[in-house]
Amino acid sequence: MREMMSKVVSLQEAIQTFVHDGDLVYAAGFTHLIPFAAGHEIIRQKRKDLILARATPDLIYDQMIAAGCARKVVFSYSGNPGVGSLKWLREGMQNGTLEWEEYSHFSMISRLQAGASGLPFMPMKLTGATDLERVNPQYRRITDPYTGEEVMAVPPLLPDVAIVHVQRCDAEGNAQIWGIIGEQKEAAFASKHVILTAEEIVDEEVIRSDPNRTLIPGMIVNAVCHVPYCAHPSYTQGYYDRDNDFYLAWEELSKDEQTVQAYLDEWVFGVKDRDEYWQKLGEEVQKRLKPKSKLSYPVDYGSY
Amino acid sequence: MNNNAYNATELMIINAARLLQDGDQVFVGVGIPNLACNLARRTHAPNLQMIYEAGVIGARPERLPLSIGDPTLVSGATAVCSMYDVFTLYLQRGNVDVGFLGGAQIDQFGNINATVIGDYFHPKVRLPGSGGSMEIAAWANRCYIITPHQKRRFPARVDFHTSVGFLDGGSARSRTGVRGKGPQAVVTNLGILTPNSDGEMILSFLHPGCTVEQVRENTGWEIKISPNLKQTTPPRQEELLILREELDPQGIYVK
Repeated sequence: MREMMSKVVSLQEAIQTFVHDGDLVYAAGFTHLIPFAAGHEIIRQKRKDLILARATPDLIYDQMIAAGCARKVVFSYSGNPGVGSLKWLREGMQNGTLEWEEYSHFSMISRLQAGASGLPFMPMKLTGATDLERVNPQYRRITDPYTGEEVMAVPPLLPDVAIVHVQRCDAEGNAQIWGIIGEQKEAAFASKHVILTAEEIVDEEVIRSDPNRTLIPGMIVNAVCHVPYCAHPSYTQGYYDRDNDFYLAWEELSKDEQTVQAYLDEWVFGVKDRDEYWQKLGEEVQKRLKPKSKLSYPVDYGSY
Repeated sequence: MNNNAYNATELMIINAARLLQDGDQVFVGVGIPNLACNLARRTHAPNLQMIYEAGVIGARPERLPLSIGDPTLVSGATAVCSMYDVFTLYLQRGNVDVGFLGGAQIDQFGNINATVIGDYFHPKVRLPGSGGSMEIAAWANRCYIITPHQKRRFPARVDFHTSVGFLDGGSARSRTGVRGKGPQAVVTNLGILTPNSDGEMILSFLHPGCTVEQVRENTGWEIKISPNLKQTTPPRQEELLILREELDPQGIYVK
């Protein structure tokens, strides 16, 4: 039997090794499991000229843009979900300091699906809306060779590195996620390198007891980092809730250079890692975000 | 407070809820559409099923969801799938009856702009963009738009087609080959617009106490009035109580 290869490293080391200036980065997670701690570590290591791709840039990219890490964003919805807008992203686009490439959610996800599947493009049915294809030449119409009808195509998205937060994985990077699974699997398979951050690193036996729940196999993972509470202020299903108060507070915290610098100084540069960040948030926030338990019924795989 | 008094948001939610049918598979966003679906489910449409673009099917949220991917959508749902699956197997394949849409601008033919005011490359105001709406507007069997009735929100033509209604009217939409029937109603705080046979949105219902004049003043084109103009039924106490006491007790959306 082969020995399991441990890929466990600190988040600091993983970012140092796999995120370089100018890289195309995909920090995965649709509302759920957004790897904020990795975004903060990238800011601490002062990466620059990054191309930041995400369906919803969310606060994680607004913070990285404000910190000067980004040259370009690739996205499909640029709002602050449930709150309003992302000021640094919006202003970067309005005043021309930030390049961007825009999609609908479906075409963004289709690009990842093409990348993850090793396909040259992904076809989609037409929507009748022609303005986005007019302003983004990555959209191309092609002819369906079977019916002769037009379909829309988008090219694969092939990030240099995907960062994916998970509830649990083993030391080799076999990772299990439950709750909203958005585009994590596709982002991981599409990328050259994959950094996993995990709430818990568990024995291989735990993973093998429930193989249907494994979304990302260790074979495509380069680094495994144990980072509890990595996703705050987004959430990890079953572990902690979304901190909506913080999503609301970002409006004010991000309003100008002084406030955003003060935030970064205190909560990014002022802490050494996520553990210190979580302690600094304090008991009241920790308690407020703790969900009540709701277990699933166990399944029986049978022994054969 | 008079229990039968209601505000503009409550009026829009209740009228949107009444458009939903029992058994509808609804592709739903947070905020007002979510409240409308949950209200319909607790009144006339107990078998309505909610599908969220985050990949949640048959959600039964126990608390008011505050984001499109709120964890309360998952706990107790019938299924969770990837976003690629929700947009292909459910929406593109034709398994969604109803889509809800909103946006900064809605025009005479029900086209929506949620992307930009001014030139795309030199935006005066950048808006969030499509999200799921480009495909929802095209592929859901029918769409409903909910928005306050203000002149700046109702221009004759939108600056950018984020998602399409009836394009320039006539057969323009059906010529594109998209499967959905397009926007079937625009619910506002003054009344309800529905498409005529030309795909033009016309005033078909007024809410109690609202006037044609108010609608004309707050619409950016010469809006046509249906020859069968009707009045909507005032919100019933049961609907208001469910909204206020069960669905949004803290008044987050229903202020």
